[in-house]
Amino acid sequence: MNLRRDVFQAIADPTRRGILLLVATQAMTAGAIAANFGTARPTVSKHLQILTECELLEQEQNGREIYYQINARKMKEVADFLEPFRKMWDDRFDKLEAIMKNYKPKS
Amino acid sequence: MERKTKIEAEAGRQELMITRDFEMPLELLFRAYEDADIVAQWMGTRVVKLDNENHGSYRFETTDPMGNIHRFSGVIHEFCKNERITRTFEMEQTPFGVQLEFLEFEAVTPQSSRLLMHVVYRSVAVRDQILKLPFAQGINMAHNRIEEVMRKLV
Repeated sequence: MNLRRDVFQAIADPTRRGILLLVATQAMTAGAIAANFGTARPTVSKHLQILTECELLEQEQNGREIYYQINARKMKEVADFLEPFRKMWDDRFDKLEAIMKNYKPKS
Repeated sequence: MERKTKIEAEAGRQELMITRDFEMPLELLFRAYEDADIVAQWMGTRVVKLDNENHGSYRFETTDPMGNIHRFSGVIHEFCKNERITRTFEMEQTPFGVQLEFLEFEAVTPQSSRLLMHVVYRSVAVRDQILKLPFAQGINMAHNRIEEVMRKLV
């Protein structure tokens, strides 16, 4: 299964929104984050993995621990409701450009 | 990362401006709007009708994965080859109504071109609703994907 990891997939899930709110104020380890949720640790790990793949979270190694923190730049992109509209047109125009690069006039 | 497509949407206004630079000559860019087969490819739609002329009109149809047919149409007020297209656009069977589009095509260099798309909506509220559509769709699609995954797990 090839799920495209995008920010909307990330924020659509209530647990992941909870995780984002939690680490918004301070960087936390996976264990500390999991302690805040009534779900199994592997489930939280999976959520962290998705949030990291979408670049909403960043990992930082501190000694033996990995801390998770908010990627402010990416969060801003999500908060900006115009971005999906812009992306829709960008994708459409990218397609136009790709098609015209291979275009051979019929004659 | 450089953003090729720019959107200007000032708060409280019923219009917006989409600007995009293309790495292709002006004539090729315009061809992508003129030729029904090419329009069908990049817009991902069936082109039912495309009369590119002054007082012309067009109709597009797409079928979503659920099998529902969506129709888009408008009239072409002015068609000026390699320069501009002035037209209306409407998603049929939606509450958004018609919008007015001014498309201007210009050469930047012999090998690059620019499209300026000035879109005017009936009201500020309609414009803002349309701007939010892809945002809402993004979240809905994510929900659907999660539901799909959950169904497979049950």
